[in-house]
This record gives sequence, C-alpha cells and structure tokens, in this order.
Amino acid sequence: MKHSALQIFRQAWSSHRKWPRTWSSPEPKPAYDVVIVGGGGHGLATAFYLASEHGIRNVAVLEKGWIGGGNTGRNTTIVRSNYLLDGNEPFYEWSLKLWEGLEQSLNYNVMMSQRGVINLFHSDAQRDGLVRRGNAMLMHGADAKLMDRDELEKVLPYLDFDNARFPVLGGLCQPRGGTARHDAVAWGFARAADQLGVDIIQNCEVTGMRIKDGAIDGLDTTRGFIGAGKVGLAVAGNSSRLASMAGLRLPIESHVLQAFVTESIKPLVDTVVTFGAGHFYISQSDKGGLVFGGDLDGYNSYAQRGNLPTAEHIMESGMAMMPCLGRVRVVRHWGGVMDMTMDGSPIIGLTPVTGLYLNGGWCYGGFKATPGSGWVFAYTLARGEPHRLNAAYRLDRFSTGRIIDEKGVGPQPNLH
Amino acid sequence: MRRVWVHSPTCINSPTMRIPCPNCGERGLEEFSYRGDATVTRPTSIEPSSESAWLDYVYLRDNPYGPHWEFWHHISGCRAWFRLKRDTVTHEVLAVALAAEVDGEGHRS
Repeated sequence: MKHSALQIFRQAWSSHRKWPRTWSSPEPKPAYDVVIVGGGGHGLATAFYLASEHGIRNVAVLEKGWIGGGNTGRNTTIVRSNYLLDGNEPFYEWSLKLWEGLEQSLNYNVMMSQRGVINLFHSDAQRDGLVRRGNAMLMHGADAKLMDRDELEKVLPYLDFDNARFPVLGGLCQPRGGTARHDAVAWGFARAADQLGVDIIQNCEVTGMRIKDGAIDGLDTTRGFIGAGKVGLAVAGNSSRLASMAGLRLPIESHVLQAFVTESIKPLVDTVVTFGAGHFYISQSDKGGLVFGGDLDGYNSYAQRGNLPTAEHIMESGMAMMPCLGRVRVVRHWGGVMDMTMDGSPIIGLTPVTGLYLNGGWCYGGFKATPGSGWVFAYTLARGEPHRLNAAYRLDRFSTGRIIDEKGVGPQPNLH
Repeated sequence: MRRVWVHSPTCINSPTMRIPCPNCGERGLEEFSYRGDATVTRPTSIEPSSESAWLDYVYLRDNPYGPHWEFWHHISGCRAWFRLKRDTVTHEVLAVALAAEVDGEGHRS
C-alpha cells in the first residue's frame, strides 16, 4: 500500500485500524543469492538498494533481535557531511544527497529535518581548522558557512559566549545537515525492501559460518542453516564477533558510547550544536526532549550501558557551552556498542574470504551514513568490487598504510 | 595475582565500574586512563620481514566478547601501569596485576 495524504484520509474512516503490516515476516528459505547479517539501518538499506538499484531480489536480512533494535535505535539522529579528508567527504556528501531524497524513494516519512549543524570554535587555531574543513567541504560540493559571533548570538542566544576559558568566537555551519527520525529510517527501508521481495527475518542469530575452499557457503543460524551465494555483514558493534566466525581478526575495538534525553521542554535548540572545547553535541527532538551525547567511555565494552564518570563529564561540557541546561532534568540515558576502528573511519568492502563482505567500523558516525553505506555496500556486493565512493574504505588499507585518520590521533580507538 | 570482584554481573547493586589498582585498591574510573588490549606483543625486529607482526601489533585485535586482558594506567593516583582482566559484557573485574609482573595471558614472568 502506497502512503499518501489520501490514504491517511481513507484510513481515518476506519479509525486507523486497517493499516496493513509494514513488512511481512516470512520463514527463511533454504538459500539466497545474498544474505545480509544485521537488520539495522545499514543492513536494510543494503537490501533495499540491492533490490532497487541492482535487481537482486533473492535477498534475506537476518536480525538477531528486532530490526532497528541495535545502534539504529541508540544514536542521536544527527545527519551531516562535514568531513575533511578525501576518502571521507565524497562518501558522506553522497549519503546526505540520498537523505535529501529518501522520503520520496522509500515512500515513507523519515522526518528528515535539515535544521543545520553548527560546530563552535573557541580559539583562532580552531577557527583556522574549521575554515580549512569548510573549504574542503565546498570543494567536494557540500555546503558550509562560517558564522561569526554576531550571527551566532541571533540563532543561539543561550550559549555562554563570554565563558572565561572557552569564549565562543563563532562556528562552522552546514545548513543542509540536521536530524532524522532513527526508527523511521529502519522501518522505511524495511518496508521498501519488503515490497521489492526481500525477506526480513527477525529473531535469527548467526551462530557460525560455513566456508568451503576459501569461499562462503552459508550461515548457521538459530533458525537453521541458510545457504548464501554472498554474505554481507552489517553488524557494527559486533563486527569482530562475526568476523571471528570466518577466522578473521579486524582492526576494531568495541566501545560503549552513551546518549541522553531530557524531559520535554518548549522549542529551544532549533539546530544541532557541537561544543568545540569538549566533546558535546545537542539537538532537540520533535517531542521536545533535548538529545545529547559526548565522548566514549573509553574502554572495550559490549555492555550497551556506560558508567557515570563519562555521564558527568558530558554534562559538564554541556553546562560549559549552555549554562541554561542546568535546570533541565535528564529522563533517559543508554549506551550503544561502537565498532571503533584504528583510524576512526569505516570499513566497507571485500574480506579475504571469497563472497564475504564487510560493512562496519562505523565508530560513532554510522547513522548519518545509513543510506550512503547501503548504497555503496549494495554496489560492492552486486559487482564484487568497491564503488569509487567506498574504495578508500577497504579493509586492507591498514596493511598498505592508506589509513584515513580524520582526527590524526593514530591507532588508539578510544581517541577517535 | 589478586582476584577482585567489583560488582555483580547484573549490575543491580553497583552501577559504576570501579577499578582495583594493585597499589591503591579500588578507585573511581575517572582516576584511570585506558590503553587497550594487553595481549598483543610489540615486535623486536624492524626488518621488512616482520611487517605482518607489526600489522598484528599496531592494528589487529581479538576484541573478545567476554574476558579481556587490558592495560590501565592509574594516571591520577600512583601512576602505575597494570593489567586488568575484565569482562567486556558485564564489566566485571576478574583479575589484576602490575604490568611489570604478569604477561597478557596472566602468567608470571
């Protein structure tokens, strides 16, 4: 059923009780051309683009829990393409372009809101760094706008501009950045993929991989063996665990990242703001809650929950930037498990096992990449070689020295 | 090697992970800094033939789901480096030893 204003009107006559299921829940078939492991945004987007762009429809998406129940449901919903390096910016900009047309291509409201993303700077050196970044973005066809203090005072009057240690001198704005509704992204891709014939199989955990003569043959799962011509892993957070089933060691550590939501308040933050003197980013959801986050906890973890020293540190950063936050109460916080790579950039491409493809290492940049990641991963799975946009994200870049270290901090995952 | 239990796996009684420094005892997490996997070994050779050993040491990690030997530094305390065996799923601390005394597998040197 196509979603439209007319359809909403029609369904209203039956008090919205006759909407069909958004996607079907078929039993797994014995074998598929392509099996995607991981029913988050990236896995579902991959399946959708495999079916819609490459005509490969004998595809299954296996999810150990429920779709969108992992990091797709645990992020702070920020969408942007403000990267510096050549390996990153074209990819993220393509992803942002896909976001801009996503609702039309999925026929689903993902509540994409291009409300702008502003990175603050607090020193001359930081301004120079952001000017350089802004220029790199413009050269790659993205948008960027340098804002001085006067302009910022009009849009963000509540910042602590005259902070003694970290005065706000200005910011780099990407007006096309913003937020999207995270669950709707998973549901929209699932619905669109399902309509093209993709099988979405929930509560189906992969327990082993069968490899014959160096090529993938299929997967052992909690719902039996499923044969596969090709397998794509889109399980960021758990990439190392899945890859170890194929005997691979990855340049990845799993770390916990926390996020927070406050009680609902009247509209206050109508953009996305990031602090330049600490790691803190904040936006406001359409329900009114302030959504914010900051640094990793900093130690290996698969626990999906963090510890209080990091929570305190993040809130201190928030208070330094926006003192008015002190009166608002946090009502929920949670942790997500991040694939932190050794250079802070994702891995999308081939593995040493024929027919096994990896999409992971998203650090904490995964959500904004969802459509772009699915698009290039579908291309890579369909053609057996990476697209120009993800060619730099190859797994073997660590052995060839072609790392993409956006922050320049070296192989220390908890610093990226 | 001392065996230390920091909190229950279900995390009901103590929501905060505390780190047992071999010198100072159990202290708050904010006093420590984290290095990472303590089971990788720095190659001694710089010959081209040791390239894959360097790749292993610098980049590749087991990243286990469960017990993990890791380096911690009591940066705001006694400044000792030590190895901690900690469960990455429950955050339970299983064992601790000064870095100079015990290797990544928990064997005394």
